[in-house]
Amino acid sequence: MFKIEARDDPKSQVQLHELEYPHRLNFYDKPPLYDVSIEEFETSALDRLRILAEIESSRVRNRSWEETKKVTGDQCDKYLQLKSTLAVGVDRDAQRRKDHLGHFVLRLAFCRSEELRRRFVQAEMTLFKVRYETDASTEREAFLRSRDFNWVAVEQAEKEKYREQLISYQSKGDTPFENDKYYKVRWTRVPDLVDKRKVFLHGGWAYVPSRDQSSIVYDEFQARLEKAMIITSRYMPRLDEDMRIGGILDNLSQGFLAGVSGEWSASPADMNGDAIKAEMVDELANKHFPMCMRNSHQKLRMDHRLNHFGRLQYGLFLKVLGVSVEESIVFWRKSFDRINDDTFNKMYKYNIRHSYGLEGKRANYPAKNCQQILTSGGDPGCPYRHFSPENLQSALLSTYAPLGLTSNDLPELMKTVKDGHYHVACTRVFEITHGSSGVKKGEGVGGGESVTHPNQYAKRSMDLQKEAEEKVAQMMITS
Amino acid sequence: MSAEMMLTFYRRLYPFKSIFQWLNHSPTPDSFFVRREIAFNLPGDVIIRYNSFNDHDEFKRQTCKLNPTRFEIGPVYTARPRDRKTARPGTFNPTHRELVFDIDMTDYDPIRTCCSDADICKRCWAFIAAAVRVLDTGLREQFGYVHLLWVYSGRRGIHLWISDKEAMGLTDDQRKAIVGWLTVVPKDESKRLNVRAFGSRALPASLQAALDHLAVVFTDLILEDQDCFGSTDGYEALLKLIPDARVAEALREHWASSSSSSETKWKDFKTQIKTYPKGSTARAILTEAMEDIILQYTYPRLDENVSKKRNHLLKAPFCVHPKTGRVCVPVDPEKIEEFDPEKVPTVSQLLGELDSGGDGDEHHSDWERTSLKPYVDMLDRHNAAIMGEVRNEKREAGDLSW
Ligand SMILES: [Zn+2]
Repeated sequence: MFKIEARDDPKSQVQLHELEYPHRLNFYDKPPLYDVSIEEFETSALDRLRILAEIESSRVRNRSWEETKKVTGDQCDKYLQLKSTLAVGVDRDAQRRKDHLGHFVLRLAFCRSEELRRRFVQAEMTLFKVRYETDASTEREAFLRSRDFNWVAVEQAEKEKYREQLISYQSKGDTPFENDKYYKVRWTRVPDLVDKRKVFLHGGWAYVPSRDQSSIVYDEFQARLEKAMIITSRYMPRLDEDMRIGGILDNLSQGFLAGVSGEWSASPADMNGDAIKAEMVDELANKHFPMCMRNSHQKLRMDHRLNHFGRLQYGLFLKVLGVSVEESIVFWRKSFDRINDDTFNKMYKYNIRHSYGLEGKRANYPAKNCQQILTSGGDPGCPYRHFSPENLQSALLSTYAPLGLTSNDLPELMKTVKDGHYHVACTRVFEITHGSSGVKKGEGVGGGESVTHPNQYAKRSMDLQKEAEEKVAQMMITS
Repeated sequence: MSAEMMLTFYRRLYPFKSIFQWLNHSPTPDSFFVRREIAFNLPGDVIIRYNSFNDHDEFKRQTCKLNPTRFEIGPVYTARPRDRKTARPGTFNPTHRELVFDIDMTDYDPIRTCCSDADICKRCWAFIAAAVRVLDTGLREQFGYVHLLWVYSGRRGIHLWISDKEAMGLTDDQRKAIVGWLTVVPKDESKRLNVRAFGSRALPASLQAALDHLAVVFTDLILEDQDCFGSTDGYEALLKLIPDARVAEALREHWASSSSSSETKWKDFKTQIKTYPKGSTARAILTEAMEDIILQYTYPRLDENVSKKRNHLLKAPFCVHPKTGRVCVPVDPEKIEEFDPEKVPTVSQLLGELDSGGDGDEHHSDWERTSLKPYVDMLDRHNAAIMGEVRNEKREAGDLSW
């Protein structure tokens, strides 16, 4: 970075800083050629992945473009802000550097199969479109001028020659023909416009009106990224040798399966809050638990036992939900009512205390997230993924009918499951079963977010109830 | 077709060399041929995929060895299809392929009245002819392609193979886009087509150009020859497409009372339109509907799945249709209206021609002595044009590098 001081112009007593990244939009032509720490490497990618995963679930959920834009914008505000060049008081270069780095790390994670490449390109395309549409028009123009898009401006004479044909592709409300500008590109660069019969084609040239110029830009972005992903995939085997990076990349590429969850581990504050007593768990389960935890709970009640992974998964879930170690011991002791105290103390008590960080290496173990549950062997696993379609349907009905789910909801849910979008199905169930709390389709667990963690699901459900109760209380006071 | 007949056909008549040149784009084996998938169809629905060959001799030897009922052509891959198992996972992918289209008579079943199902006659060929005219003109004028090869499919349809350099390299998305551009008739026949830009009265230029030709076809074929609105079902289908309840009801009443020809009915429709004053919205809407109906009954109907993906297999030209015995010969689009599917040579006819003429010895190019000759010549002329262009390109590239 360097400074320019222009002394003659009185206005520029202010120092102008030349940005390392002059534009908010980026075509990611150049890889980041600077040293990064492993933390930077991972965080930049994880934060970007949160956004891409939400974009992908928007697609699966058929969100309208406006909704997708809104949800994506919200995610970006949370995890990857990218402010206008004119913004003051923010380190624009740092934001853009994070954007740049995260993009390239994810290229590495997603180049490894055709399927992943396709999904990555699709999600990145959407992110680029959202940013392109929200960019200030002067900045967008500056970006467009900064590179050669290889379009030919159509001369006035040619425009007149094809007047009638060009007008036949205009819709009501478009810029009047006389004021409109046209650009010529090979038709192959604007397949979406051709597909919808929205441009005049002659001799393989598409006459693109300025309002559709973005199609050329998007297509260019996509074509370049697709090519780059294939090239990256050829170099990958060498990178895989770095074990640390390999592990991070593996984790990242699974992020599309279940979204990226925040870490849910119990904090002391949770434990002191509304303490959950062992005997409350039955009712909480009925009202607030996601399918996976409902399944564990029912199994425990029916069989009076639970396998090792089930105990671990369910136990950590309850811990993070706010069940104290003492209550937890009570809960499990009562649940395993076919063994004697001695066996319980020997076999289970230690493990419970261990999971609360009171034994062994005393770590604060976080609860398992959807990604871990989905990729586990399946016992207990994620019902949406691991149950047979028949079992899943009857389980959904018997579990959630009291909360408003009906057999009319099943076709949509089963289709989503069949396409492999398990967390989307779970999110949809959340919406359906919380319709009475005012949750609408598409709102997910708040702000359109999808379920990525069972504790996120349960907490949101409990919060909604609390809000409702507070509202009622409020009314009683005011009236 | 006996296996023996097929074998003789492959040994003495099938123009392997011409097919090789057509696929390869140059006289000496290049990647377009050696990395090209050929799939053989054997009796009993067995298909042997991912064959590839070094040259046309090997191609012929293997074909004669397997003696398939027919074979299909796939894409050019990143590696030789027969070596695909040695490629790194994920690196064996299609790269090039002719842009292909398939028009099949079955897609016209809802409207044709002369035949149904697998049958085809000279009369219903007029639907195919109209489609060929529109597609051939459109692909040349709108997309700028020049190397178009039309091939009779052996029974009730026609294939189009486009070998232009740009067309060969199209991605699946681009192929899908071109199909979108050319798809006009909705899948649900009872729905009106929706082709105009939002709020616009005019047809898009590409369809206006097609309409000028199809309006004539509509009178000759739909009204006169097929008499599509003669029956009650026929005119009810038409009435569904008229967006004016008063007009539709008036016509229905009139047509139910006495039978009349399609021509008369179309005139009735026009008379009804004229009951609205010139320049009125109602009249404009009905005039648009008239144009839309003409397109709906005559615009090409594509089997879109054939065109959308590079790796779709399509039967090779000059194969024999197993049911009809007819050879899938190239067709000149300029003379498409004169083409008579029933006059296409069959394999037994050709073998007969071989026996009657000549010395009985086998020659490589025995097709020259049969009625297959004009068709092979047609392909060779097509190949010369493709190869001429490739030669020029190579020369230009050479000039630059010196
Ligand atoms: Zn017929």
